[in-house]
Amino acid sequence: MTDVALLAQRSVVRTLRQPAMVVPSLVFPLLLLSINSSGLETATHLPGFPTDSYFQFALAIPFIQGALFSANSAGTNVASDIETGFLNRLSLTPLRRVSLMMGQLTGILALGLIQAVTFVAVGLAFGDGIAAGPGGVVVLVLLSLTISLAFGAVGAFVALRAGNGEAVQGTFPLFFAALFLSSMSLPRDLIEADWFRTIATWNPVSYMLEGIRSLVIEGWDGEALALAFACAGGIAAIAVAAAGSALRTRMVRT
Amino acid sequence: MSRGSFVSVARAVAWRNIHNWATNPTLIIPGLLFPMFFFTAFAGGLSRIDNVPGFEYGPGYTTFVYGFILLQAATFGGVFSAFSIARDFESGFSRRLMLGAANRNGIVAGYWIAALVRAATNIAVITVIALVVGLEIHGNGVDVVGLYTLALLMNAFALLFGTGVAMRLRTMQAGPAIQTPAFLLLFLAPVWVPYDLLTGWVQAAASVNPVTLVLEADRGFLEGDPTKVLPAFAVVALLVSISVLWARGGLRSAERVA
Amino acid sequence: MSDAAIETQGLVREFKKGPRAVDGIDLRVEPGEVYGFLGPNGAGKSTTVHMLTTLLPPTDGRAWVAGHDIVEDGAAVRATIGAALQDAALDPFLTGREHMKLQTALHGMRGAEARERSDALLERVGLVQAADRRVGGYSGGMKRRLDLALALVHRPRILFLDEPTTGLDPQSRSALWEEVQRLAADRGVTVFLTTQYLEEADVLADRVGIIDRGHIVAEGTPEELKDEIGRPSVEAIPQDPDQLARTKQVLARFGESVTGSPKGASVRLSGGDAQLAEVVRALDAESIEINELQLHAPTLDDVFLAKTGRSLEGDAEVETEVAAA
Repeated sequence: MTDVALLAQRSVVRTLRQPAMVVPSLVFPLLLLSINSSGLETATHLPGFPTDSYFQFALAIPFIQGALFSANSAGTNVASDIETGFLNRLSLTPLRRVSLMMGQLTGILALGLIQAVTFVAVGLAFGDGIAAGPGGVVVLVLLSLTISLAFGAVGAFVALRAGNGEAVQGTFPLFFAALFLSSMSLPRDLIEADWFRTIATWNPVSYMLEGIRSLVIEGWDGEALALAFACAGGIAAIAVAAAGSALRTRMVRT
Repeated sequence: MSRGSFVSVARAVAWRNIHNWATNPTLIIPGLLFPMFFFTAFAGGLSRIDNVPGFEYGPGYTTFVYGFILLQAATFGGVFSAFSIARDFESGFSRRLMLGAANRNGIVAGYWIAALVRAATNIAVITVIALVVGLEIHGNGVDVVGLYTLALLMNAFALLFGTGVAMRLRTMQAGPAIQTPAFLLLFLAPVWVPYDLLTGWVQAAASVNPVTLVLEADRGFLEGDPTKVLPAFAVVALLVSISVLWARGGLRSAERVA
Repeated sequence: MSDAAIETQGLVREFKKGPRAVDGIDLRVEPGEVYGFLGPNGAGKSTTVHMLTTLLPPTDGRAWVAGHDIVEDGAAVRATIGAALQDAALDPFLTGREHMKLQTALHGMRGAEARERSDALLERVGLVQAADRRVGGYSGGMKRRLDLALALVHRPRILFLDEPTTGLDPQSRSALWEEVQRLAADRGVTVFLTTQYLEEADVLADRVGIIDRGHIVAEGTPEELKDEIGRPSVEAIPQDPDQLARTKQVLARFGESVTGSPKGASVRLSGGDAQLAEVVRALDAESIEINELQLHAPTLDDVFLAKTGRSLEGDAEVETEVAAA
């Protein structure tokens, strides 16, 4: 546990000491939220739109965008450790791999927590509140952390597999695509283009958005929450396992 | 003895930038991928928006969105080209150009030509894909010329603005300083719905944003009903003129340090 | 308009909130001359070169290169000079041949003329085989050679080389020296060479200017400068290291101490090399057995030391006494 605590501390401090990583992950999503909710307010006039405030509808998006930044940040930090030889240095210590992995993930969660709290605060300040109440806020933060963990672990996996920052940057368009090819802009049942609706239906990011939205707009929707946690948790589990395996390969010791 | 001239310098710089772009996927992909993502998301994900009361646009929502994507591709093409200028300064390669160029204005012209070629290529690819998925151009030949001329002028503006920033900052930290104003100019405009259907602070911002005029002219050309053409060209010409001076100032700034 | 290849009058470069990197330099380099600009790190060598190659405007003073004012007529200066600077400034995405293509194009060459010139220069610097590989994979020596080739593309009359052999292995260094000598001898190219290596200045330069803290502290041919110091130094390394202190005491009778091997004692002979025999007799009289006895002619480092009180090679001030091991 001491190892984990030490590495977790390092991971958190390292993340927070990079304003160039932290600030854009907060500022850009909020800026886009503001622009989108003002620019697409008329979309609420569509029959069947679940709320009369596009801000409430779009509030889910920053949580996902923030998670994309987490993926970038986690991957970049891990890649940096590999490229500078820091990982090799750790390999020469009795440190256990699982401790290193848990330490890295703690940094991701720290950034994810800052993001979640910020976006919830903005939602409460400028929106119509969280329909699911205080309990819903807690669940929302937990869901957001799970999503951050999922994307962050993917970023870490890519970095451990490839060993360089360029590969991490190269995955950014894929995450971007995952967000855009989802029910990001309209509810799935209001998407007119069949092909797009099909993609959005198969896209796990749609369920993450819908889970957050259900807490914000409707209150407690068990099915939406279950699907959201299942998608985020499933990706997180797979990505963490994959990252662990990649770390095992990279930290091979006799 | 060097026989270098403005033209030879511009040609050399343009060749090198186009060559590097064409042979490096990491440089090609952003200029193509991001407009395609946006196009897919908006045209596909927001396609029902044309059912909103008050939305009237003959060619349909896919074409409506294409008008924005065209400008986005052109503008960000200029932005990404300006990133390569910042990269050259950070790596020290700019010193070779400054040393070898008898006429240093040719360097800026070379970057501009390269940006033009990159943007034209990206726009061609995106247009072909858009045509396949339902883009309808109702305008005639003159409208089409007007449409793409506006786009390439926006590309020039973005490139020259970015050049001025890159040559003043001379590091990759110029990236956000170039990208953020371009992003705001593009998105504080009638991106998803016509100007009349915008609400809130974005409508207020769009009312003073010159890109709104350009976007409306674009969509007019696509519809075959040219609108606000003269103001749009006047505004873009002004932006390009100012950015030429800005870029030249950047070059002077870069000449003051090794 | 100056008829010198390079001439400066009171050239100054001051940086904001910083020291004067170049503090009033007057120099004159004749056409066809190899001028060595020697000084420690931070002396102002590169800053001077950057001004003369129009990459940096001076804060004060004037300079002419090939008769053109560096401020008023930068384009004309650049048309007549070639420069290989400290940073090779190469694009890792381009091959060697593509670099040549770019450089020839910048200088207005096209088609067959550009290709022939590129091929000839690549052959000259020994990069034909590597020409079609990306420069990102070149060694340091290969990059320097390519940089030199690029500097020669347009047959410049004046060549600036800013620490061209720093970081190179001895073989690459010798090859570069040969090329510089050939350029000067065969083609009458004026070479302005900055270096921190004494041997390089000694071997290559017709005249040397020694710069320290932005000022030229000495100027002349290497021989003239060394003759100014005049006196040789002798170094004696005792067989028994415990005898070092006594060896120093004996040698101290013959002149002032100078920097030498830490295992021995070195002094500059006040009476010249004629004193060598006396030194040997004195050591013998003290029964000090010597492993090695060497007579050194003055070096440019001695010149620098005499002018500045510091040694050009090494960071420390001159020590008159070395602590016992």
